[in-house]
Amino acid sequence: MNKILIVAEHNGSQLNPSTAKCVTCARGIPDASITVVVFASDPIEVAKAAATITGVSQVLTVTHLAHAHPIAALIAPQLATLAKEFTHIFGPSTTFGKDLMPRTAALLNAPQLSDIMLVESATRFKRPIYAGNAITTVEVAAEIQLVATVRTASFEAAPSNHNSAPIESVNSTASLPSHTRFIGTSAARNGRPDLQTAARVISGGRALGSAENFNILYSLADQLGAAIGASRAAVDAGYAPSDMQVGQTGKIISPELYMAFGISGAIQHLTGIKDARTIVAINKDADAPIFEIADFGLVGDLFQIIPELKLLLKTAQ
Amino acid sequence: MKRILVSIKRVVDYNVRVRVKPDHTGVMTDGVKMSMNPFDEIALEEALRLKEQGFAEEVLVVSIGTADCQQQLRTALAMGADRAIHIQTDADIEPLTAAKVLLTLIDREQPMLAILGKQAIDDDCNQTGQMLAALWDRPQATFASKVEISGDTARVTREVDAGLETLEIDLPAVITTDLRLNEPRYVKLPDIMKAKKKPLDILELTSLGISINTQLKSVLFEPPAQRIKGVMLKNPQELVDALRRKGLV
Ligand SMILES: Cc1cc2nc3c(=O)[nH]c(=O)nc-3n(C[C@H](O)[C@H](O)[C@H](O)COP(=O)(O)OP(=O)(O)OC[C@H]3O[C@@H](n4cnc5c(N)ncnc54)[C@H](O)[C@@H]3O)c2cc1C
Ligand SMILES: Nc1ncnc2c1ncn2[C@@H]1O[C@H](COP(=O)(O)O)[C@@H](O)[C@H]1O
Repeated sequence: MNKILIVAEHNGSQLNPSTAKCVTCARGIPDASITVVVFASDPIEVAKAAATITGVSQVLTVTHLAHAHPIAALIAPQLATLAKEFTHIFGPSTTFGKDLMPRTAALLNAPQLSDIMLVESATRFKRPIYAGNAITTVEVAAEIQLVATVRTASFEAAPSNHNSAPIESVNSTASLPSHTRFIGTSAARNGRPDLQTAARVISGGRALGSAENFNILYSLADQLGAAIGASRAAVDAGYAPSDMQVGQTGKIISPELYMAFGISGAIQHLTGIKDARTIVAINKDADAPIFEIADFGLVGDLFQIIPELKLLLKTAQ
Repeated sequence: MKRILVSIKRVVDYNVRVRVKPDHTGVMTDGVKMSMNPFDEIALEEALRLKEQGFAEEVLVVSIGTADCQQQLRTALAMGADRAIHIQTDADIEPLTAAKVLLTLIDREQPMLAILGKQAIDDDCNQTGQMLAALWDRPQATFASKVEISGDTARVTREVDAGLETLEIDLPAVITTDLRLNEPRYVKLPDIMKAKKKPLDILELTSLGISINTQLKSVLFEPPAQRIKGVMLKNPQELVDALRRKGLV
């Protein structure tokens, strides 16, 4: 029997879809029972949502005011205590999971497998290395407790249905350190779809030339109900905020449609979009590497093409 | 002495297009350009700036790996690090082992801060800093894009999925770097000469009493599934038609 513990990611009131993706990954392990744990100041809504995910057999909640914002140094000791009786401990490969899981693994003296992209058995997995230029198959000895992060772009979210797994509140015995204090977040929430879960993403690169010019992408995105992404060059130049960066060191995404405007297609960028269903590239350089992987390419000046696209899409609707 | 420890991993240069060996036993590294992991270069730059601002007196760089790592340590010394330690081993080191090795050096050197890269661009693990912080039982501020020290605390801005988050942490602590923390300086020729005289100590990993058995075994290496090149279209009309046929707009 494989007992899998998944750490829920949430924003205090809503479960992040990354959790249901971890469940899909866990369901790939044979003979598994899946438990989701929610650390929150008020976990009930999130726990209820987790309990409806197909395949979840139990939801645990750990309530503490300090969990209003997830701080790895606070959650890890509690997670490590709970994890004792589990064979696998999974979290998403988001900044939340990347921060928390290795800290937990070290407390358990367990190795961590980062970015699972495929499950072959309870002890055999595939993961990308070298910015996705190679895929390695990793084996773990059966007696080893395995901590892992799940590459969310590789798994569909497990559906929510009439499942209603029991929810149980647990008291944590670990004492919480005071050495790490949350000060604040500056999230530029703009009412647009979330980059990591959006079905369509419009992305811009260095070619945009300024933050003002990025606005033409925003208006196209609004027309398509798309999220906005950016290359590192665009973020570094200050045209777009850092949370929009797509790629090896930004977000790894898997939308239905990815449209890249004025992005050359450096390997570090392509790593982030390989799992997109359809990639469209618009670049004035016919030799830009991005065309090598694009399903549809169009050579031309984005400043001319975008207004035309907007017009064509309008008449199409 | 107020000291900052920076870890430096020798990795395949980020400009190299890595390929899998035909027999699937690894990736091709023969004759390939090797460099300091880019995130570690940023970590070192941050440590040097903190020293220049008077928050620290010594920057110590550490690398774990084969004798070749000394090249990257020399580069680090040329950039401005004061002292280097090479932990020599020919074994593949997984993050938990690297963290344990760094912890022994921390016990010995008592730094106020350990700055690591957020990830090594070869294994892309993104683990070592967090593991080190856990073993050391100290705060961690990962994916840092801004570090401000005042007294015994640091305020660190972190790049998280939702935007930017600020944490206040008590020192000593572990910080891992994101790309926008700073832009590393270039090494000047005279500094390369000077660096030759700076101390570089070599220790055998086996002398630290840490077990190095790898618990995760990479048994197969494959190239990624290739996306096939699609079609080039002539104008926006063709693009909209193509997207409409696929039901994407
Ligand atoms: C360790 C490391 C990690 C990295 N991580 C990432 C990452 O996560 N994400 C990422 O994106 N990058 C990352 N990079 C950077 C990456 O290597 C590239 O530098 C970056 O992706 C380039 O961005 P770009 O395509 O916007 O700019 P450029 O490469 O400068 O390309 C601009 C493109 O725009 C085209 N163009 C110019 N004007 C027009 C116009 N008017 N109309 C149409 N096309 C036009 C040009 O032909 C060109 O192809 C990383 C680098 C390193 C070293
Ligand atoms: N062998 C090593 N030698 C020195 N530093 C290392 C080594 N392995 C990992 N690190 C440090 O840990 C960071 C994260 O590595 P990783 O967890 O492997 O992605 C790197 O950027 C380095 O700062």
